[in-house]
Amino acid sequence: MSVQSYYVPEQSRWPILASVALFMMAYGGGSLINSLSANTGGGGGLLMLLAGALGMGLVLLGWFSNVIHESNKGLYSSQMDRSFRWGMSWFIFSEIMFFAAFFGTLFYIRNLSVPWLGGEGEKGVSNLLWQGFAAEWPLMSTPDQQAFPGPKGVIDPWHIPLLNTVLLISSSFTVTLAHKALKLGNRQRIIFWLAVTVVLGVIFLYFQAYEYAQAYNDLGLTLNAGVYGATFFILTGFHGLHVTLGTLMLIIIFLRVVKGHFSVEKHFGFEAVAWYWHFVDVVWVGLFLFVYII
Amino acid sequence: MTSSSASTHHHGPAVGLSRWLYTTNHKDIGTLYLWFSFAMFLTGGCMALLIRAELFQPGLQLIQPDFFNQMTTMHGLIMVFGAVMPAFVGLANWMIPMMVGAPDMALPRMNNWSFWILPFAFSMMLSTLFMEGGAPNFGWTFYAPLSTTYAPPSVTFFIFAVHMMGISSIMGAINIIATILNLRAPGMSMMKLPLFVWTWLITAFLLIAVMPVLAGVVTMMLMDIHFGTSFFNAAGGGDPVLFQHVFWFFGHPEVYIMILPAFGIVSEIIPTFARKRLFGYPSMVYATASIALLSFIVWAHHMFTVGLPLVAEVFFMFATMLIAVPTGVKVFNWVATMFRGSMTFETPMLFALAFVVLFTIGGFSGLMLAIAPADFQYHDTYFVVAHFHYVLVPGAVFAIMAGAYYWLPKWCGNYYNETMGKVHFWCSFVGVNITFFPMHFIGLAGMPRRIPDYALQFADFNAVATVGAFMFGFSQLIFLYNVIHCIRKGRQASSEVWEGSHGLEWTLPSPAPYHSFSEAPKVK
Amino acid sequence: MKRVIFGLAVLLVTASPSHADWTMNLTRGVTDISREIYDLHMVIFWICVVIGVLVFGVMLWSVVYHRKSRGAKAKNFHESLLVEITWTIVPFIILIGMAVPATATLIKMYDNTEADIDIQVTGYQWKWRYQYLAENVDFFSSLSTPREQINNTQEKTTDYLLEVDNPLVIPVGKKVRFLLTANDVIHSWWVPEFAVKKDAIPGFINEAWVIVDKPGVYRGQCAELCGKEHGFMPIVVEVKTVAEYESWLAEVKQADAKQQQAAMKSWNLADLMAMGEEVYNKACLACHQAEGEGIPGAFPALKNSPVALGEVSVHIDVVLNGKPGTAMQAYKEQLSAVELAAVITYERNAWGNKTGDIVTPAQIAELKE
Ligand code: HEA
Ligand code: HEA
Ligand code: HEC
Ligand code: CUA
Ligand SMILES: [Cu+2]
Repeated sequence: MSVQSYYVPEQSRWPILASVALFMMAYGGGSLINSLSANTGGGGGLLMLLAGALGMGLVLLGWFSNVIHESNKGLYSSQMDRSFRWGMSWFIFSEIMFFAAFFGTLFYIRNLSVPWLGGEGEKGVSNLLWQGFAAEWPLMSTPDQQAFPGPKGVIDPWHIPLLNTVLLISSSFTVTLAHKALKLGNRQRIIFWLAVTVVLGVIFLYFQAYEYAQAYNDLGLTLNAGVYGATFFILTGFHGLHVTLGTLMLIIIFLRVVKGHFSVEKHFGFEAVAWYWHFVDVVWVGLFLFVYII
Repeated sequence: MTSSSASTHHHGPAVGLSRWLYTTNHKDIGTLYLWFSFAMFLTGGCMALLIRAELFQPGLQLIQPDFFNQMTTMHGLIMVFGAVMPAFVGLANWMIPMMVGAPDMALPRMNNWSFWILPFAFSMMLSTLFMEGGAPNFGWTFYAPLSTTYAPPSVTFFIFAVHMMGISSIMGAINIIATILNLRAPGMSMMKLPLFVWTWLITAFLLIAVMPVLAGVVTMMLMDIHFGTSFFNAAGGGDPVLFQHVFWFFGHPEVYIMILPAFGIVSEIIPTFARKRLFGYPSMVYATASIALLSFIVWAHHMFTVGLPLVAEVFFMFATMLIAVPTGVKVFNWVATMFRGSMTFETPMLFALAFVVLFTIGGFSGLMLAIAPADFQYHDTYFVVAHFHYVLVPGAVFAIMAGAYYWLPKWCGNYYNETMGKVHFWCSFVGVNITFFPMHFIGLAGMPRRIPDYALQFADFNAVATVGAFMFGFSQLIFLYNVIHCIRKGRQASSEVWEGSHGLEWTLPSPAPYHSFSEAPKVK
Repeated sequence: MKRVIFGLAVLLVTASPSHADWTMNLTRGVTDISREIYDLHMVIFWICVVIGVLVFGVMLWSVVYHRKSRGAKAKNFHESLLVEITWTIVPFIILIGMAVPATATLIKMYDNTEADIDIQVTGYQWKWRYQYLAENVDFFSSLSTPREQINNTQEKTTDYLLEVDNPLVIPVGKKVRFLLTANDVIHSWWVPEFAVKKDAIPGFINEAWVIVDKPGVYRGQCAELCGKEHGFMPIVVEVKTVAEYESWLAEVKQADAKQQQAAMKSWNLADLMAMGEEVYNKACLACHQAEGEGIPGAFPALKNSPVALGEVSVHIDVVLNGKPGTAMQAYKEQLSAVELAAVITYERNAWGNKTGDIVTPAQIAELKE
């Protein structure tokens, strides 16, 4: 019978370097945050964090270029390709669970803790401690207005958020169009649609930044504005971070297409990024519904 | 197949330090995991001994309350994340490729990264002991707001250490799933997989599902501490109890992450030494899957006294009790496997038998805890401590020991010293029971957990438990000696190693070649 | 194996109701609920014992009789649908049998209606505050075991670590409802004889209730890790007859009035220092330490501290109002004007803090208004 071959890479320096870089990021970040909180400068921490981040960037560059190189040399069988697919799918699943934690938090706070504090439901007696506080969502005045001054206003879902929804959903289509083009081997078209996708992503990020600025400057909607602000920023913030990452990945893929890396049959790198982009998009739809509209 | 890839299959390990730092080999990485885990077991164990020494008598003798709390916290964290989980990952790394007939793990470079994150994460965590304000002192469950507003500054590093462990676990789990789903030898269908592989497949799923949730909850802590949010603060509309919900949504599946691979190991060992096929293989698989699924809907049994609404209380009580059914199926199957077998009692079997009995005792106390009204009396007492040490020490840890003895000859090509193994077993077995059995009594009598000093009526059993702990702890040195002795100059082992052994790993020579199956074996 | 059986046997013997020894088994307690829980506990315990004996019995049988050294040959069966279905269904039925009475008890425990007396219980690091909501009675209750006993320089007495300065007092036979909350971190109010254990969550209120049948003194402890002194925040409840309870209430109210008067008398430095030391050791020492040296990184030193040596008003403000968001709590409500004045004076003049300042009770009383 045919012997299955599976490519096992030689020793590699990248993982251990990546661990060192990760450690520097974590330790530097920790020192930085602690010294900022204690108002004692934080230069050392910042330096370590930046060095770690730079190191991590370089390592990833080196690591991926190894992978690309090996792939181009034809060392990878279709079985290897499947391993990558499983890997990416389960990674995305883990990301889904990460967001699930924050969505769960949002639901708990809206449906349980805020009503209880406002005197409704099974633990409504708690209102004894917060007399005068009434439950509402969005939470405009918090139980302790002094410590956590509630926002003056909230974001209107039908302006920027709606626009952003349209942007992201269209970008999901454009990336699919790029994929179709890739399967047909039409370089020109791939490049075009990928470029459109990247641009849509960047515009989305621009509007998100704009929205944050508005929230902070005009609406008093801040991290410190009680749980409405807290859940709003943690959900949209981590989503924004993922869009940023996704956009960077798209840019890399774009460059690789320009360099002619992908073939009609083998282009898992491209597909992985497309999956990731769809995932980010789906999360956004959840956000639009539960954070902005309802 | 290209010639260049073939050449990579047939070389031995590199020499020197670079072998361990840069390796992409599943055996090397498995070895690293196992030694790391053992080092952490000793570290966490020494902390436990310090705890026990302080509790030997009423009054404060050795350590101050704040340091005591740091010890309790670090002991729990190190044992859970540093000793038990990496030990299972180490066994998975060694055994899964051999059991499914693969050359290596699916993603070998990432495999190296998964491991090497850990020493850094734990150095960071241990370094908090030397920081101003001391190490985390809020228990391994780090309930807010003790772990947020009232925490020492080192909590920031604790949070990042947890993030790093999470990244490591998720990557490790992804690798295991990809290996099992994608690298099986031709003919190795899912329902032919050894149970150790099955339990790990399900465990890996649990890991990927819940580690991100842990990451989420520590991130919210970080935000509350440093960035002014109020997730766990009623003043801003949040709720400290929310922390517990999210934590235990991770935490309960986590405890099954620490037991499912143990079930797998025991399910390998018992048939070997009973010389009889495992009873009810399919129901073992289904039971494992049911336990995993149920584990997502029972988390609030850790929170019966936090003031949950009545319906929640009842729901979580029922769901928790249900877990006894599939777990019972497993226990019964093991017993039925032994029934009318032809048993011998080498060290792995002794540990496996002790596992079955003592884990079940731990399961019984778990069931008692699941009865919500009764848990109002048990909660946060030493009865809980007794429960979880029974499922974790003679449960998870004994299974790891059993696995180590069972596969050691395959790993290094030599037999360990059987007499020494038996001595190790009996000392551990007696020690573990002297340590943890009296904890049931002091718990029922009303001694709360996490206290450095206690009322006089608890004194006798505490003294007994401390004696047992030292006995159990020092018995582990026998194990250490036996392993080193075995690697250095044990008796040469045959390839099947055990008379009744079954499965692909035993078709390889002992010690197993550096690249397990460079040609896929055929499975009937 | 032998040890397990021996251990189980010990538990069996000691667990039977006639031996209801509080140092080995759960207490039966002094309320209906606590006895129901005790019964549930015993039933499930016996179920586990029976199952255990059966399962371990079969296993032991195999270990003894089906061993190779006895010449046992392995049989070849490895499946039996009937057996497997049986041992899935039987435990399931047993569990339902358990769940029904457990749920009934739970429902009773959750019935917080129609209480005769409402008491708000608030956990502080590391003491309890009891407010009788209808009575205007409000006091703190903290550990009274001397530090010397804890540090082994003095003989430990019977109620070591289970004694407090001001116990909670409730009448027998009345439904008393507790409204539990906390000031800082989560605590848990637990008295085993009542089978009441409920977490005290900062910012939320949990309810629990009790009807005690027997007068007596009942002791418990905080059952949720709440920081450094978690092991040192006991609960003592004195259950009195209704008449005794009434007279106790009257007494407490009178004592309060007396204290207010004391604030008006004039105090000299020596008196304040003596009293201050006492208050400090009771209320502040746990964090700021015996010599005012604090614990670096967690609790600031007061010796040579800018606050203790600086502006008096700042010092008074910190002690009266605390520092929100830190472990430093507000002592305005916890201590009387005299005690506050004394402790602040003490801090400004002890351990080489020689400011010579005197803070008078009258001064504090005015601020407290
Ligand atoms: C490996 C780890 C592990 C395992 C496997 C288990 C298994 C179980 N645990 Fe345990 N548990 C922990 C680790 C574990 N636990 C830890 C670490 C804590 C404390 C965390 C902390 O607070 O720090 C804890 C705490 C804990 C609590 C909270 C207690 C409290 O804080 O008040 C509860 C409550 O329900 C509980 C229940 C159970 C149950 C019902 C099982 C079941 O899975 C057990 C099922 C097994 C059996 C029942 C035995 C075999 C079955 C039969 C022979 C069949 C027939 C039996 C009957 C019908 C009775 N556990
Ligand atoms: C897998 C997990 C695991 C394991 C294996 C153990 C093992 C042990 N545990 Fe642990 N324990 C936990 C998980 C575990 N524990 C958790 C999660 C908690 C809760 C924490 C919390 O409340 O937050 C806890 C809490 C806990 C407590 C309660 C503390 C408290 O509430 O304040 C106690 C008290 O006795 C205890 C004791 C022990 C003992 C004696 C062992 C022994 O089995 C340890 C034996 C091992 C050794 C002793 C090391 C052996 C080696 C040597 C001695 C050799 C000499 C040394 C060198 C060569 C360097 N543990
Ligand atoms: C539970 C722990 C705890 C207890 C008990 C406690 N304190 Fe404090 N105290 C603190 C902490 C923490 C701070 C620091 C607050 C901050 O971060 O500014 C503090 C700060 C102070 C300060 C200001 C010192 C400075 O340098 O900022 C004074 C004065 C003080 N406490 C007095 C007292 C007095 C008087 C008592 C008893 C009646 C007391 N404390 C009890 C924890 C405690
Ligand atoms: Cu209060 Cu523990
Ligand atoms: Cu659990």
